[in-house]
Amino acid sequence: MSRAARRRLGVLPGFGLSTGFTVLYLCVIVLVPLSALALRATTLSWAQAWSVVASPRALASYRLSFGASLVAAAVNVVFGVLVAWVLARYRFPGRSLVDAVVDLPFALPTAVSGIALTAVYSRTGWIGRYLEPLGIQAAFSPLGVTIALTFIGLPFVIRTVQPVLEDLDPEVEEAAAVLGADRWQTFRRVLLPAMVPAALTGFALAFARALGEYGSVVFISGNMPLRTEIAPLLIMTRLEQFDYAGASAIAVVLLAASFLLLLGINRLQAWTRARTGLA
Amino acid sequence: MIGAFDPVTAARAPATAAASEPPAAPAAAAAPSVRVRRPATPRRPTEDPPVVEWALIGLALAFLGAFILVPASVVVHEALKDGLALWKEAIVDPDAIAAIELTLLVAAISVPLNALFGIAAAWSITRFRYRGKGVLVSLIDLPFGVSPVISGMMAVLLFGAHGWLGPWLLDHGIKIVFAVPGIVLATVFVTFPFVARELIPFMEAQGVEEEEAAHVLGASGWQILAKVTLPNVKWSLLYAIILCNARAMGEFGAVSVVSGHIRGVTNTLPLHVEILYNEYAFRASFAVASLLFVLALVTLVAKKALEWRQRRAIREAARRGAPAGA
Repeated sequence: MSRAARRRLGVLPGFGLSTGFTVLYLCVIVLVPLSALALRATTLSWAQAWSVVASPRALASYRLSFGASLVAAAVNVVFGVLVAWVLARYRFPGRSLVDAVVDLPFALPTAVSGIALTAVYSRTGWIGRYLEPLGIQAAFSPLGVTIALTFIGLPFVIRTVQPVLEDLDPEVEEAAAVLGADRWQTFRRVLLPAMVPAALTGFALAFARALGEYGSVVFISGNMPLRTEIAPLLIMTRLEQFDYAGASAIAVVLLAASFLLLLGINRLQAWTRARTGLA
Repeated sequence: MIGAFDPVTAARAPATAAASEPPAAPAAAAAPSVRVRRPATPRRPTEDPPVVEWALIGLALAFLGAFILVPASVVVHEALKDGLALWKEAIVDPDAIAAIELTLLVAAISVPLNALFGIAAAWSITRFRYRGKGVLVSLIDLPFGVSPVISGMMAVLLFGAHGWLGPWLLDHGIKIVFAVPGIVLATVFVTFPFVARELIPFMEAQGVEEEEAAHVLGASGWQILAKVTLPNVKWSLLYAIILCNARAMGEFGAVSVVSGHIRGVTNTLPLHVEILYNEYAFRASFAVASLLFVLALVTLVAKKALEWRQRRAIREAARRGAPAGA
């Protein structure tokens, strides 16, 4: 390697080994399997693929997956900002315990979350029994799917918004107060704009996670085709029938949506950085 | 969770926006009183009324209660409601023991593999400048965007009986899908980004000065890694490994696709929970689930302890006047 190239690269040793291993491992574990999936989907003709991807059962599963994920992520934005605010701003007994517990949905295996939520929200469950007289069926309905997806996405918004609030300079609020803003005005015009990029990022992360979620949903949803069947479950069903091409076609649809979301999240973070660059 | 997002500077934009608005006249005169702490003043203008404060705390706790505390308590309640003896019976069942062993084995293989990858990737990405780094970082994130079911399915498409390499593997008597290697493969995929994602921003923030100093003093690459880099990142690495391990032991969707659910052979703990549940053996199912719940609690405690340690380290560094690590 020429000296100029080396200076551009950096002076430390191990470039070839570390980069080579990184790229090789990435290819073997991630890229080759993903290409296998894409190629398997192309073994179908366009007409065949369309009949799988746009079948009534598939369309119903996308509607449920996207709809429930969207609602769950929206619920998480509202309550996530609330919890982040409470944790960042107020001191109350047990605060640090609550702060630790927020991460439970990350740490708890999804199968455990699934059976626990089903037990809580089923007709005889701790919360379900109070919803039953109100005519609300939580478990084994689209509502149950939404509850599970809300649980799964719960930490994302909190953990993106909380650090923003904690690091916010108190002088910003003092300045607003000095300039005559009341508490609500300060919140709406000073604090909320500061939280928006983080809340949006948290929303997108929660949505992306919910879209692919399987373990916590299959127990509480009841898995009725056309009604409570999520897209990942439909893939599972196709696989069990050894319809690999059909499963791949639906998987490609789901993957495309997830990757678009990831791209959106990256854009959001770039937007945040751009804003800080301007400030 | 989020990459190079800097909340401190992000907050500055709205601050200047607010300051540039025309000031509401008389309040400016009250400015000095904001700074003065007097017990007579009921609350500072930047504090919320107690009613609002307690209402918001109550609402937040009610939400977390319904979504986290109640489900968590149900696991413990259902597992133990018929007594410790029956709980133990479900745990020492041979199939449950086999599931525990398999779960430990899978984690013992996949976590070190991904830790090794994470260290290599972080070294490559944070210690050198080259084109395509951004793409590489994005590709490392990919598995986070893939549904667990799809993650498992890719192994089936490659190595299954009807997969690309399936016939060749069959001829050579190698079984990957519906066997332990397939479970390991799916787990490695799902937990792929954990260590790399934690180490890359951390090592980026630490800078290369110490490694370069070691290099100038004649240390070899491996010596720099062992004596400078790894000691510097050890807590961050441990943090990532704990999270990676929790996911590896708890993964359900991906493993479910490749396992084949053979009792005592290809059943991990989360799959064992499912099988028992679907057989209406609820008590046994929750008993096994309670083991995974304990794993989650241990993970949370370790995570909190490490975060607390890091905050203290940053505070101490700040007090000494040295630049903070992160």
